[in-house]
Amino acid sequence: MGKTAFEKIWDAHQVADLGGGTGLVLIDRIMLHERTGSVALESLKAANRPVVAPRQTFVTMDHVVDTLPGRTDKTIMPTGTNFILATRKAAQDAGLTLFDLGDPRQGIVHVISPENAIVLPGVTLVCPDSHTCTQGALGALAWGIGSSEAEHALATATLRVKKPKTMRVTISGRLASGVTPKDLALYLLGKFGSSGAKGHVVEYAGEAVRALDVEGRLTLCNMATEFSAFSALIAADDVVFEYLKDRPYAPKGADWDRAVTSWRQLQSDADAVFDTELEIDASEVTPMVTWGTSPQQAMPVTGTVPVFEDVSHRDSRESYDRALKYQAIEAGQAIQSLKIDAAFIGSCTNSRLSDLRRAAAILKGRKVADGVKAICVPGSMKVKAAAEAEGLDKIFLEAGFEWREAGCSMCFFAGGEAMGFQERVVTSTNRNFESRQGPETRSHLASPETVAASAIAGKIADPREVAA
Amino acid sequence: MSNEPFRQMTAVTAPIIRENIDTDIIIPSREMKSVGKQGLAEGLFAGWRYTAIGGRDLNPDFVLNKPEYAGTRFILGGSNFGCGSSREHAAWALSEYGIRAVVAPSFNPIFRGNCVRNGIVPVELPADSIAELAAQVEADPAARQVNIDLEACIVRAPNGKEFSFALEPEAREMLLEGLDAIEITLKRRAEISAFREADRAARPWVYL
Ligand code: SF4
Repeated sequence: MGKTAFEKIWDAHQVADLGGGTGLVLIDRIMLHERTGSVALESLKAANRPVVAPRQTFVTMDHVVDTLPGRTDKTIMPTGTNFILATRKAAQDAGLTLFDLGDPRQGIVHVISPENAIVLPGVTLVCPDSHTCTQGALGALAWGIGSSEAEHALATATLRVKKPKTMRVTISGRLASGVTPKDLALYLLGKFGSSGAKGHVVEYAGEAVRALDVEGRLTLCNMATEFSAFSALIAADDVVFEYLKDRPYAPKGADWDRAVTSWRQLQSDADAVFDTELEIDASEVTPMVTWGTSPQQAMPVTGTVPVFEDVSHRDSRESYDRALKYQAIEAGQAIQSLKIDAAFIGSCTNSRLSDLRRAAAILKGRKVADGVKAICVPGSMKVKAAAEAEGLDKIFLEAGFEWREAGCSMCFFAGGEAMGFQERVVTSTNRNFESRQGPETRSHLASPETVAASAIAGKIADPREVAA
Repeated sequence: MSNEPFRQMTAVTAPIIRENIDTDIIIPSREMKSVGKQGLAEGLFAGWRYTAIGGRDLNPDFVLNKPEYAGTRFILGGSNFGCGSSREHAAWALSEYGIRAVVAPSFNPIFRGNCVRNGIVPVELPADSIAELAAQVEADPAARQVNIDLEACIVRAPNGKEFSFALEPEAREMLLEGLDAIEITLKRRAEISAFREADRAARPWVYL
């Protein structure tokens, strides 16, 4: 029987079978950020344990740092400075590569890793961050871990991992024009639920997936954690190889050719068997937006807030009622009737150059509606520089968007940068949980296009209408 | 580094039975003020435990604040316990507060692993068994304590009724012995080095 792409990577990394379905797995890359990484490094040091593979370990500042121009080590988040200083010191002491504030490579961990070819096809990569699955888009096995596991990986270059089940999600056909990978991710969550991939490593496959560029694939894989997956991956192909070639940490010269030859093997065999298979046709997908406080509470942007009976197979009455009340919306209400207070483009889901280009195409020559606070936070300083080289910053600024420095920013609220109390936000991020973006904020997840169109309309809007 | 071994324990048990209690509920981001693993117990369930965000006035209706639940060591939870962010602070906060076991119909896998690493026993029981335990406890929480026996993998209700549960052998051993996973793995140091050397020859580009 053939093997899945995941099994090939797993087998190449299993140092020992620990029994009970658990393996001791070699870890090729460790990524750390200042919010959780500092804890792991400090506690490692307290236990007098060295980092086994410091050159394969990378650290960035993204979660706690401010994103306003002219930022320093001082943060809006109370005590945030402690995290920055502790991380800087720990990274220096351990001899790790640090993408510090002021470094042109600084940015959100899941943006800078692909951008610098730290993640490669076939590698195992871990980070104490739940959206590490994003990086599976390059054909790697990349997953989120806790801080103690990060310590374990740093101290031993391995992890003890319970082998996940395998799932293939095949997306046939092509996404219609104006429909994005974010819409696809939200559609899958709406259709299969936020525990739809529980315990599985998901391989996204099929014509629609093959047709995506690397940035689109990153967006799709990003929300696998909202799908409760162990992780997600897309088997690497020429699209990935072309993307990686000549990036800073990509193999060079003869190593490159050897690497590509080996990466080509990392496809699921035709006779490989998955524990679970899901299929959809890409033509089912339209621009999506979430109405509630769970990513599975997603709906077409043209629709009305579902009545309980339509979602009762998934939401309990209690969580449905609570979501409506929290979001201050009503069943049957057209989602496009909702006025917004803010629009946010950013996060490891949708803050890459192609995302900013598509949003800018909608914003060009238009203005953000009165009373709407609109913010764009590029995912990395490289994305920011590339966007500025094309003049995208001017389009955002002229439309009335803020144009910020790279970081997680208002993707999550931890006492630092935040949206206002109970503000309604259309956002290109990945989580719409209660108070995720500020105190009692009402988040509606959508693509960057939908965020841009909504910012202009002053209410949730269909980007296809604005674009036309 | 090591945790306190857990063999068996009888303790006050608090029902907090709601589905999808996420790590943000267990410890809100705003309560994670220090860089280390300490100082988190105060922020445990802060959104429910206190009357105002950021405040410290106790909400008298929250179960852990009721006098009869003083000294709670076990929590009865709902399904998908510990979902949301992978942050380990949730397990640290529970542990620092003194929680030694969480009983729930299902756990988020990352959170579950974090529990084991931090000396908290994740006990999976069907929802109706948990409801039964809760009903028994609620009658008189201080007197009607629950016994969790990790050696036998059994939960004993106050009336003596037994519910057995399963835990992978490795997780069970770590909890029973209070072992640190890094120490166990480092016993294989030579095996790991040999594996890495062979791998370096096969995939030199991985080794920067
Ligand atoms: S952008 Fe948001 S989801 Fe992504 S790593 Fe940062 S905080 Fe997490």
